[in-house]
Parts: sequence; structure tokens; C-alpha cells
Amino acid sequence: MTTPVEQERTQPEAVGAEIAAEDRPWQTVVWNDPVNLMSYVTYVFQKLFGFSRDKATKLMLDVHHKGKAIVTSGTKDKVEADVAKLHAAGLWATMQRAS
Amino acid sequence: MKRWIRDGDVVIGRLDRQEAAVVRGLVSQIQDMLLARAEEAPQDELAELTGIRTGSSEAPDDPILGRLLPDFHRLDDDAPDPDEVNSAAALRSLHEPELLDHKTGAAEVVLQTCSPDGGEIRLSIGEAEAWLASLNDVRLALGTALDVTEDMPEELPPEDPRSPHLGVYHWLTWVQDTLVEAMMP
Repeated sequence: MTTPVEQERTQPEAVGAEIAAEDRPWQTVVWNDPVNLMSYVTYVFQKLFGFSRDKATKLMLDVHHKGKAIVTSGTKDKVEADVAKLHAAGLWATMQRAS
Repeated sequence: MKRWIRDGDVVIGRLDRQEAAVVRGLVSQIQDMLLARAEEAPQDELAELTGIRTGSSEAPDDPILGRLLPDFHRLDDDAPDPDEVNSAAALRSLHEPELLDHKTGAAEVVLQTCSPDGGEIRLSIGEAEAWLASLNDVRLALGTALDVTEDMPEELPPEDPRSPHLGVYHWLTWVQDTLVEAMMP
């Protein structure tokens, strides 16, 4: 029995080459939802990413008013880890390539 | 319940017996749902040999679990990108065991620190963080079940079957909000 994860793990070079050929960075997107508290979202941005209160508040307001905000960007591994942390905090986060 | 206060490295709150029963009951239910999901993870001999755990690659059918365990990509409902579907399945399989551990662990902290009798609750910063995450999970679950919207009124008409539960939801919102306030750097 095999899974997609193990398939990917057996081909690290192919995956690495694909990322190197693709210059666009990855982005962490947080989406608005009707449950998460504005205060809590601000707190999570400060705590997880070390953002100032002002920066965290601005991003929270972007999520609230625009429906989403890009909160971090970088390599696939970094963004994947950031999305996992946001899921642990209960925020609705996804990852995408910069357009 | 009075609002949470922070005194140095201790966060202090108080629940009466009935409030403690509500918190413990809801947190236990969410923990049970998450533990049941963890049980469904594929048993894989290779995973047992390597110690690399793999979770389910499929998103939960249940909308509450779906909200607690989101996909890593925003998939188009009608025409999802096949590459993103594959990637989301692989990332879920890789990360979901740890996410389930995190959430069930946070729930356990609440159950360990919230006496069934109610009374004063004294939390370390780490325990208070677990309470925040767990209260948030309970609110996500209730919010999904009650189909909460951003302009949800304080009260629904009495004939609405969701009406009695909405009061609990709003109370938990207040409990979480005052805990955030106490914890805010």
C-alpha cells in the first residue's frame, strides 16, 4: 500500500527541480469566516509570526473586509508550515503560488 | 464567569458548576469527534516501520470536522485543479495526524484544568493557549452546526430550533474574547 505522500518523498530531486524552475513564491492566505473573533485572529498573527500589533490588526482587517489576506510568503516548506500552524489555531488558511 | 485576568505568568478565571459542565461537555464532544477521525487513519506497515505517520488523504464528509481540519489549498467546488487536488490530499495525509494531536491535546488540557464542580481556574500561559485553541474549536463546531453568519442576531426567534444553542455560542464567544484580552501581548 502506498500513498501520495510517500510517492512524493521518493522523488525529492524532481520536486526540487520543479520549484527551482518556478520562480513564483508561495503565499499563505487566510480567509474570512463568520466565527473567528477579530481579537483572536489578531492575537494569532502576533503570536505565530511575531508581527507587531499594528501589522497584525491591519491583516486581520483585510481578512474581515476583503475576505482574505496574504499573511506570509516564501518557500513551499515555509508556507506549508505556516498553514499548518494556522490550522492548529483554528484559522481557515490555504497556500497558493503567487500569481 | 467573570472575565479572565492575567497575573504575571498565571491566567485566572472562574466558572460556576453549570458553566463548567457546558464547557466540559462541548470540549469532550469535539475531542471524541477528533479521536474518532484519528482512528480512521490508514494503518500502514511502512508508516509503522519508519515512524512517519500518515493520516487520511480525504477531507472529512462531516462539515464540522471539515471546518476543524481544512484543506491546504482552496479547491474550486465545481472544477478543482487536479494538481491542487493531489497536492491537498498529500498535504492532508502528511499533516493531519499532528493537527489531530494538537487539537485533542488542547481539549485534554481544558478537561484537566476545568473541574466538574466549577470554581477558580488557574492556568499557566501554555495552558491558557490550549484553552484559547480549544474554545475556538468548540465555537467553530457550534458555528458550523448553527450555520452562524457574520450578521447573526443576538437572539433568534423562539420558534427557531437553533435558538437555545445560540445563547451558549454567544457566551463562549465572550469567554474566549476575554481570554484573548488577558493574553494579548
